[in-house]
Amino acid sequence: MDIASVIQRIEEQFPCAIAEKTPGWITLKKESLIPVFHCLMTGPEAFISLHCLTAVDRKDSVEVVYHLFSYHHKIMLTVKVLLPNVDLTIDSLTPLWDAANWLEREVFDLFGVKFSGHPDMRRILNPDHWTTHPLRKDFKQDGFVPRPVK
Amino acid sequence: MIAHYLPYLKLLLKGVCVLSFIAVSAMFLIWLERKVSAKVQNRLGPMITGPHGSLQSIADTVKLLLKENIVPSGADRLTWWLAPFFVTVPPVTAFLCMPFGPTFIVRDLNVGILFICSITSICVLGIFMAGWGSNNKYSLLGGMRSAAQIISYEVPLLLSALVVIMEAGTLSMQGIVHAQEPCWFFLKPNLFVAFVIYLISATAEVNRVPFDIPEAESELVAGYHTEYSGMKFAMFFVAEYTNLFIISAVAASLFLGGWLGPIRPSAGWFLLKAYVVIAFLMWIRWTLPRVRMDQMMSFAWKVLTPVALLNVLVTGWLLVAKG
Amino acid sequence: MMEYEELIINMGPQHPSTHGVLYLELKLDGEVVLDCRPNIGYLHRSIEKIAENRSFVQFMPFTDRLDYLASMNNNLGLCLTVEKLMNIAVSPRAQYLRVIIAELNRIASHLFAVSTFAQDLGAFATPLFYALRDREKIIQIFDHICGQRLTYNYMRVGGVSGDLPAGVDALIKEYIPYQRKMLDEFETLLTGNVIFCARSKNIGVLSKETAIKYGVTGPNLRASGYKWDLRKDEPYLVYDKFDFDIPTGENGDSWDRYIVRIREIRESLKIIEQALGGLPEGDPVAKVNKVFRPNGETYMCTENPRGELGFYIVGDGNIFPYRLKIRAPSFSNLSVLSAMVKGLNISDTVCALGSLDIVMGEIDR
Repeated sequence: MDIASVIQRIEEQFPCAIAEKTPGWITLKKESLIPVFHCLMTGPEAFISLHCLTAVDRKDSVEVVYHLFSYHHKIMLTVKVLLPNVDLTIDSLTPLWDAANWLEREVFDLFGVKFSGHPDMRRILNPDHWTTHPLRKDFKQDGFVPRPVK
Repeated sequence: MIAHYLPYLKLLLKGVCVLSFIAVSAMFLIWLERKVSAKVQNRLGPMITGPHGSLQSIADTVKLLLKENIVPSGADRLTWWLAPFFVTVPPVTAFLCMPFGPTFIVRDLNVGILFICSITSICVLGIFMAGWGSNNKYSLLGGMRSAAQIISYEVPLLLSALVVIMEAGTLSMQGIVHAQEPCWFFLKPNLFVAFVIYLISATAEVNRVPFDIPEAESELVAGYHTEYSGMKFAMFFVAEYTNLFIISAVAASLFLGGWLGPIRPSAGWFLLKAYVVIAFLMWIRWTLPRVRMDQMMSFAWKVLTPVALLNVLVTGWLLVAKG
Repeated sequence: MMEYEELIINMGPQHPSTHGVLYLELKLDGEVVLDCRPNIGYLHRSIEKIAENRSFVQFMPFTDRLDYLASMNNNLGLCLTVEKLMNIAVSPRAQYLRVIIAELNRIASHLFAVSTFAQDLGAFATPLFYALRDREKIIQIFDHICGQRLTYNYMRVGGVSGDLPAGVDALIKEYIPYQRKMLDEFETLLTGNVIFCARSKNIGVLSKETAIKYGVTGPNLRASGYKWDLRKDEPYLVYDKFDFDIPTGENGDSWDRYIVRIREIRESLKIIEQALGGLPEGDPVAKVNKVFRPNGETYMCTENPRGELGFYIVGDGNIFPYRLKIRAPSFSNLSVLSAMVKGLNISDTVCALGSLDIVMGEIDR
């Protein structure tokens, strides 16, 4: 089994779940995240490991990036979900993978994405009293000067 | 006039002798422990202060004397202040009937061994007071562990001493040593078992590895003496090493023939035997991991105590058979 | 009427056995742990933010400071990811050198792991000193190679920063039989010890399923009985050319995690031996442009001593990465702790934590 057939199966089962398809990754619609992932985890693809969960600040939106891994087929699937800045909430994956617990807390801490349904949505690396999210591109702090991009 | 005060002067002198022996012995043992551990661990140990670091303990003592005595906020002051004394005084008192030589003993009580065993178990009170008074959760856990441990191991310890008492027919320390003149006790099989039980439970009594559960560096930081600093900490330290000396000295006089020796009975033999036992305990300490609380307790009650009781039974039977 | 109270104990951030600045909030009933909440972040240096303001060459030294016990492996992870992103070919000699050095560092890291684990079980300092004595040999080899003892900054995108200096291959050849002998000695101290076995067997059991659910990787996953090693299953560099086994445990308890690491040291020695024997001639020094302007993104994992270290790099055509995420193995490995220790007592919590072998540097980043 390879990535292409995995994507094909998603398309068959969830006809309007995929928002964008590129050779490297697929972008899912926010609301179809949990059903698609549940299917990927329990189905024949056996993506039993949530290898990595992170986010990228795209200035007007935040892109949440999931790396799912299947030990059985030895394939890594990259899934993205685009969240507009006005509504940075997404369903938590903690019911599916326990690994999501800390990884989502980290994304919340550094990007400000709220994961609904997460059992323990606290900051993880920064102090609790912080209000900013350091990995956002518009992050400002006394003493921190972003280098000019060449 | 002077003759009138002489007995008191003599008494005072004896007291000073014992105290200075304890202080010097503790300092020496601390140095020895550091050297032994260094040897075990491919290190050199203290080397700077004096030849082979022999003055290191003196330097440490000076440092501890000059250190600030910090009282944790919220400590139960009276308990906290009294605890180091409760820990230090009993082992000092136990020297009262320690048979260094044929005549070299402060007072040969006719209940000598009983006296030593009972007075040293007062220590647990001090340890528990330290744990309770410090207002620190680690100390409290350490103190509670210590109380459970020392009370449990007191049983096999006394049972193994009982075998010696039965064999010697006396409670007096000198009497026990004299009873070993034909044959040192640990050479007899039933007494050898008692010796092993004694060593194990004595190691637990003085909280040394593998039974250093009340201190448990990697779990409880330093257990009951976490909050102590300066001279108060030094008192715990001195007590620890004095206790180590006492259990080894008692082992030497109960099982290894005390001051008896091949050439001429003297305090030299006694000290030599005691230090051999100490060196053995140090070797153990730097080799073994620590057992867990429940494992230690079940070992005391399920293994050591029954074996010790059986040993008492067998000894009694042997004595009766001998007539 | 007796009052019943739970005891909350704050283990850390300064505590002898929390392996750095980890803070465990333990809720106790007597000595039994009812709940354990690890709090992290005391070593947070925002390395991911720094990465967005550094070129890859400038960022290389920061990877040393992630998992500071396995700096070479971190260097390697970043290099491989950038090479994958930029399609850079690496000379065969550099690949072999990277394998040798990564495996040496794995041994150094595992030696530290098993000995600090023994320290946590109360074998005070003796196993640690034995292991440090052997680790020192590796550090000296690294010192010869790159002039550093802890933070090496040796790997470069496209190769390594310098060839082996004269005489170092002889040092490594001497080291292999030495380490085998010393490992045997080390094992006599712990492996068969009754107390050590009683303390670690069936303590902190981590089932295969739980491990995978929590994203646990590396020796911890293998100790749970799952035979998975990126070096074997998705070989990078030239690992597919070597013959070595993947040791696995059976029960997933602390003992298995210990013995898997010990066995991995032996396997690593085997790999080094083979790699040294087949070391090709050539120039390992990178001959590529030092300025990369990656466009696009990639995610790559390598097998670190503590698990799978992943780098996720997003480039936007500038010399600084737009986003660089580090998937730290210890981060996931630590997250499983609270599930492991419920119902154990304090001593076993320390044992379970020690057997997970975490490094706070890469957890907090």
